[in-house]
Formats: sequence, C-alpha cells, structure tokens
Amino acid sequence: MSNDRRLSAPGRLADEEHGAEDAGVLTAYMPDEPLAEFALAHGLRVAAERPPIGRYLKSLWLRGHFIMAFATARNIAMYTEARLGQLWQVLTPLLNAGVYFLVFGELLHISRGIPNYLDFLVTGVFVFNFTSRAFITTSTVITESLPLIRALRFPRAALPLAYVIIELEQMLLSIVVLAVILVLTGEPITWYWLLVIPALLLQTIFCVGCGLATARLGANVNDFSQLLPFLTRTWLYVSGVLFQITTLDISRKYVALLQINPAAIYITLMREALLTTQRESEPGAKPYNAHLCHVWATLGKGAKGTLQEQLDSGYCHVITNPDHYWFYGIAWAVLALVVGFYFFWRAEAQYGRG
Amino acid sequence: MAAGEPMVVVDDLHVVYRVFGAGGDRGTAATALLRILGRRTRGSIREVHAIRGVSFVAYRGDAVGLIGRNGSGKSTLLRAVAGLLPAEQGNVYTDGEAALLGVNAALLDDLTGERNVVLGCLAMGMTKKETKEKYPSIVEFSGVGDFVDLPMKAYSSGMGSRLRFAIAASKSQDILLVDEALATGDAEFRVKSHARIEELRQEAGTVFLVAHNLEEVEQTCNRVIWLERGKIVTQGENVVEIIDRYIAASGGAPVERDPVTGKRIHARVPLKA
Repeated sequence: MSNDRRLSAPGRLADEEHGAEDAGVLTAYMPDEPLAEFALAHGLRVAAERPPIGRYLKSLWLRGHFIMAFATARNIAMYTEARLGQLWQVLTPLLNAGVYFLVFGELLHISRGIPNYLDFLVTGVFVFNFTSRAFITTSTVITESLPLIRALRFPRAALPLAYVIIELEQMLLSIVVLAVILVLTGEPITWYWLLVIPALLLQTIFCVGCGLATARLGANVNDFSQLLPFLTRTWLYVSGVLFQITTLDISRKYVALLQINPAAIYITLMREALLTTQRESEPGAKPYNAHLCHVWATLGKGAKGTLQEQLDSGYCHVITNPDHYWFYGIAWAVLALVVGFYFFWRAEAQYGRG
Repeated sequence: MAAGEPMVVVDDLHVVYRVFGAGGDRGTAATALLRILGRRTRGSIREVHAIRGVSFVAYRGDAVGLIGRNGSGKSTLLRAVAGLLPAEQGNVYTDGEAALLGVNAALLDDLTGERNVVLGCLAMGMTKKETKEKYPSIVEFSGVGDFVDLPMKAYSSGMGSRLRFAIAASKSQDILLVDEALATGDAEFRVKSHARIEELRQEAGTVFLVAHNLEEVEQTCNRVIWLERGKIVTQGENVVEIIDRYIAASGGAPVERDPVTGKRIHARVPLKA
C-alpha cells in the first residue's frame, strides 16, 4: 500500500496495525506534484506570511478605529481599580513635578541661574515623561496582549501605536495642567505657545518609532523590560530635565551631544515655545547679547584659549545653534519612525510565538 | 487526483514552542551568573516540538475533524493554519482569511464585555458601522445579558467562552477553525452554536473542528485527521472507521453501530476522550 497515494479501501485498513509509520503515506486527496507548487498553482498564500510594507500600512490604516478604541479601552481599564479613577491622569504629572521641585529646587538648589525654575522644571518633567512612558509601556505591549494576538489576526503594529496614543492623551492633559501653572506663575500667553503643536507632533512621531522598536525588543528579550527603567532614569539625568545642560562643567563636545539627544531636543523645543525666559536667554535672542558676545570675542582674542572656546562661553554660549533645534527634532522623528517601523515589521510573523 | 478547489495546504509542517523557565535551572541569581560566566546557553529554555512534519490538503466544502489525545498537537495545528503561529519548517498555505474560534481565545480580561465585543469586531477588520450593526446580535447570541457591562474577569468560564464564540462567529470567513469552542457552553448554547457553525460552513469554504466529543466529529465532519504526538497517524474520509480505531487504541469500549447505516445504536455510549 506504500505506493498508493489514495485512500485504501476500508476492509484493508482494518487489518493493518495503526501507527505513526502510516503518516504521509495514507493521505487522502494528495496531489502528485510537490505540495508547495500545488498550493501556489491554486493561488494559495502562506498563512503566517509577513505582508509587504505597502499592504501592511494599508491594513494598519484600515484598523484606525481599532487602534483608537483599544487605546481608549486600555486607558479606562488602567484606572478602574483606583478610587479617584482618571483623575490620576492629572494627579500623576502634578505629583511628579512637585517631588522634583521639592528635591531639586528647594533642597538641593540646582535652580542656580535658571529664572523661573518651577516652570522650567515642570515643562521638562512633563515632556520627558511622555518619552519615557512611551518607551516603558510599549516594551511589554506584545506580552500583555498575547491572548489577543493569538486569537485574532490584525497588523500587530496597531498595539504599540495604541499605547503611544494613550501616552499622548495623558500628555495633552499634562499640557493643560502645565498651561495653568504657567499662567499662575505669571508667564505671559503669546503666539509662541502655538509652537507647542508642531513640537508635540514631532515628539509623538519619535515616540511611535521608538515604541515600535521597543515593542519588538520587549517581545523577544524578557530582560529588556527589566532594564528599561534604568535606561530611562539615566536618560532623565543627562537630558537637562532638572538643570540647564549648558551649565554643566564638562567638555563642550559632550554638552553639544547632550543637547541634541532626542529627549533634550523635544524638551528644549517645548521650553522655547512656552517660556519667555528660555527664549530670551538663547544667544542672539536679544541684540545686546549678540553685541556683548562680539565685544567679548574681540577683547579676549589671544588672551586665553582659542577664539572658539571664547565664543562658546559667556554671552555667546552657543554650542548647538538654536536655529537647528527644529532640524534635529524633525530628523530624530523621521529616523525613529522609519527605523522603528521597519524593525517591527520585519518580525511581524513572529509575534505570539511565546 | 481529487477534484475540487484546495483551500488549505499544509506542507511538511513543523511547529516548535520555546518555553522559558522550564525545570533544570533553578533560575537563581547564582546560577544566572554562572551561566553568563561560563558562556553557556540558558538551560531553562526548553523546546517543545509540537507538530512534527504534518502534510495534508483540505478542499472547499470539507469539514475536517481533528482527533487525538491531549497534547497531540490539534490546537497548535489549528493556530498554525490560522496564521497565528509561525512555522519552524514547512509551510501552511491558505486561500483567504482564516478565523479561529477557541476557548483559549481570551480577549482583554479587565475590560467589559461590551468593549471586548467592539474591539474584537474592529480587530477583525469590520468598520465602525458594521460593528454597530452586529453588536446587538452578538450580545444576544452570547446570552450574557446584563453581564455585558462587567469586566470579563467577572464572567464564569462558560459565559466568557460564549461571548468569545459570539464575537468570532459574527463574521463569515473563508476558513473556519473551531477549537473546542462548544465544550464549555451549556446545552442550549451548544444547539445554537451548532446551528451557527453549520451556517458558517455553508458560507465558509472549509471548516476544521477539534473536539474530544467524538460523536460531534462524526456528525459534523466528512473527513478526519488523527494526530498523535505531532504526527498524523491516519487521515481519510472513512470517518466512522477511523474513530472506531481511535477509540480502540485509547482502550475504550467499541461503539455499537447499525450494520446498514453505520450510525451509533446507543447514542449515549460513554466515550473516552
């Protein structure tokens, strides 16, 4: 019966001892050609195949409502256990700012030289919180949603995307809180405040890209989500959330590097949009600043250090050109999105293996 | 060469699960350090070779029953056909979308039933409007009643699986995979869900059914695949005969059948699953 690809007659079968050795021989309706060719000839597609990027993006777009509904539902579920409910969305950033102000502003006096330190600090904490939360929550999104992934087919990128949207909603609430604090502390409302919108948009794109990448990393390497809080904590201390990066006593090269790191860039963009003191302390913001810088450079020529070193200090502490902040903001956003999306999409068929 | 249009082609499929935290390594800090220092691979990752080289073809209109003991790979095979589990080796080819109805298809436990219905529909690719239209019939079918406002973790296991079944069965798909979905429901729900499966089978091309209730397989399926330890023992259209052999191999009492029709004489023969 070994050559008989069709089913044997019942009578013959009954006499045979069953066993695993029958496998692959006693198969009904098997075609003569190799199965792969047979399948493709009939227009069948590989079930767990990763769709091409174009089709993937389209199906992701079509799941727009799902992403929004998932984000809203998660957001509500997150606070159902708490008595104060979604009030925590506002309380959390407020308490955060309060703690940092108490410790770094009042106890440690890091505020040296920064005018209006409370506003400076709160803006920094809120903006950084968005970035770090986006990293931390997306790192567990695949493992948390395993039942959903194993039950239904949909583009998996919808999950990290929804988590970033949750954090964005939280951020929008934080910004309202922030606006109230700013007005209460005497910050004037100006047209510059509108720059918050593009700044936040760029930061969100950056977070989506990074969220996609961390989602894949967190799905494969369990240790990653354990490590992440420490990474973001380090990031917090080097991104000028609590102090002005330019006042650090380190090589100018490193200051420049710290200034253009994405977390710092989005914080700076937001501060420049909201805080008058920050805008005005930028070199060139006030004519007398630029003038003094010029005089200083001329006077000090040959005195000590190179011209560049002198330009980098005093009134012309231009290490990263303020005009370039937006350029860096866009560059980080685009880079993160492209790399993060590609990285996540590459493993699309692997999620849910567990 | 059989006539008909192939819907599912499974070609020498192997599926491997990787399980973390299996025995052997106690997972203490000391053993982890030794592992890193000794550059040894993590001993506690165990590979479970759940499907080992399965091949078959299912055609449009087929209702295929999968039988076998617990852990023989039936559910894994369904998940692979649904495209939810990647293959280690070999491939699964399908024509169109596959939907999996299973007891394990848990959705989001801390959300209300209502939100789960909406999310499930949207995730399956329905529009907002379609979801709105289907919503009443899904809740009605599931019979959870007022519980729809409560988080799903408050549901009894039967209620949960009824709701999940109702969500997944609300959309007609080309390939329908039913994994013990009916085992947890009560008698009334079984009748309803059987009718729904029959309906879906008319609309869908191919139905796969995993059930420990062999009578259910006998009644529903025109083909049967018997799996044992990830391999096919036998498969064919002689459903009754294969089931009888399976029962004999499991040590159960033989089923008495009418010699002419092949139907069971005692509908209530205790079956060994």
